Amino acid sequence: MGSDNVIVVQAIQKEFGTKKVVRAVSLTVHKGEIFALLGPNGAGKTTLLKMMTTLLRPDAGSITLNGFNTVTQSRQARHQFSVTNQAAAIDQDLSARENLRLFGRLNGLSAKASRFRADELLTDFDLSQSADQTLATFSGGMRRRLDLAVSLVGRPQILFLDEPTTGLDPRTRTQMWHATQKLVNSGSTVFLTTQYLEEADQYANRIALIDHGALIASGTPNDLKKQVGGQQLQITIANPQQVVQAQKICAAVLEQTVQLNGQTIVGPLKGIDGPPVTELLTRLQLAGISISKLQLAPPSLDDVFLKMTVGKN
Amino acid sequence: MINRIIANQTVRNSLTLTHRNLLKTLHNPDNVSDVVVQPIIFTLLFGYLFGGVIAGSVHAYLPMLVSGILVQSILNAASGSGQQLREDINHGIFDRFKTLPIAPIAPLAGQLFGDSLRLLLSGAMALLTAALMGWRPTVNCGAVMLALLLAVFIGWSTSWIFALVGLLVKNAELISSLSMIIILILTFLSNAFIPVKTLPPFLQTIVHINPVTTTITAIRAILNTGHWNGTATMVLISGGLIIMLFMPLTVVVYQQRD
Repeated sequence: MGSDNVIVVQAIQKEFGTKKVVRAVSLTVHKGEIFALLGPNGAGKTTLLKMMTTLLRPDAGSITLNGFNTVTQSRQARHQFSVTNQAAAIDQDLSARENLRLFGRLNGLSAKASRFRADELLTDFDLSQSADQTLATFSGGMRRRLDLAVSLVGRPQILFLDEPTTGLDPRTRTQMWHATQKLVNSGSTVFLTTQYLEEADQYANRIALIDHGALIASGTPNDLKKQVGGQQLQITIANPQQVVQAQKICAAVLEQTVQLNGQTIVGPLKGIDGPPVTELLTRLQLAGISISKLQLAPPSLDDVFLKMTVGKN
Repeated sequence: MINRIIANQTVRNSLTLTHRNLLKTLHNPDNVSDVVVQPIIFTLLFGYLFGGVIAGSVHAYLPMLVSGILVQSILNAASGSGQQLREDINHGIFDRFKTLPIAPIAPLAGQLFGDSLRLLLSGAMALLTAALMGWRPTVNCGAVMLALLLAVFIGWSTSWIFALVGLLVKNAELISSLSMIIILILTFLSNAFIPVKTLPPFLQTIVHINPVTTTITAIRAILNTGHWNGTATMVLISGGLIIMLFMPLTVVVYQQRD
């Protein structure tokens, strides 16, 4: 369904001088999704985000937010979203409450409505106690929380988050995710960039992997893991003298070369289901080989990340 | 109809952001300390150091000095707009303003409307310090207010030039030292502190084409005669032209996204 595509990015490009920072990236984000853009440092994540949030003009291609083009209809497009950048974009000289009211007013709320909304968000984000202090007394975590709260003032349909949890302690991180999830539950869509693979794995519905400005893979976390390969079988042989024989059996059953790591044989399984495992175990038993440890390991997103990206460094 | 809605929104957004600017000043009075202290120091320093040499006595020098200091402090206060704008941009809050569905001029207008308080404050301090040192205007209170308002107006129009500089130069400290040098040269190569007749001819030429000289001449005339004059009209029109030119230019540069 076309109307479900809240964000549509079509073949956008961006060059700084002669350096291609974003190359022909296309992606779509559906309503109610948490979509994570994953990539190493310098992959072009922030540049892409800046173009999506009307801060940068793409050299080619187009981006629409709820159907509004970010370049030709930037005013309407800006009504659709709110963004939290890496640097906390809040007013250092104002209190938390004043910040929330200011952005409430700028989002078109009446004075009364913005007062009410400010109180609501202060409670939601656990900031009521320090609502009237200036931000100089705020910890990094409190600033980030306020920053996100400010983004939510206008109940945006789309929320962009640039590395929302970088540098936060685990508790604040969980709080951020709860707030994000709550927003999604109320029908909004979240697009975020992150370097934390396990977070993307845990919270995102879909992930796009970007490296050197190009999209290299996208799909659900499970899709991506499957692209890297199925599960890995790890068998540790009890008797060192039987290792070579065991390796041969494994290679035969799995129909692939397997690696030997000390006394542990490591081999990829083709499917996630394990018919060959039972066969393998039977064959090993018939050969009189006893095993001390058996493990099936799913590939992690780390594997996906490392296998598919090169990064700047 | 649509124009009316947009105009309404522009005014509303600008007022909200002016309010923000005033709140900032309220929470952080340090921000205006420079515009309060500078006129005091300069009036005291120049009055007591040069009063005797230039005019025979401090008291005789004050009627001349007061208009010079007034314009100098106002220009100095106006230059603060560029610096504060740049600091805000470097803090990232302007990125958020840019992604909001608000009138593009509002964040700039909010800053500059809020800064008119700084202008008024610095101008008033210049007049007050001179009064405390014994300056007694021979004209009525209305004429003094008129001179102050003309100075504030010309300061406000030049703050748009400084705002443009603030958008173009990325380093806040550079903006500050750059504006200081420019203001220093413009005010010292004018009739602000000295009788122009004493200068060598080539310097006199420079002083006469310096717009700061014209501004000071206009204000000095109002403070001495109590009457609006042709030079004052010229200054008023020039201020208006600066605003008409630099306000749209600043907004265009602000909206540049690359």
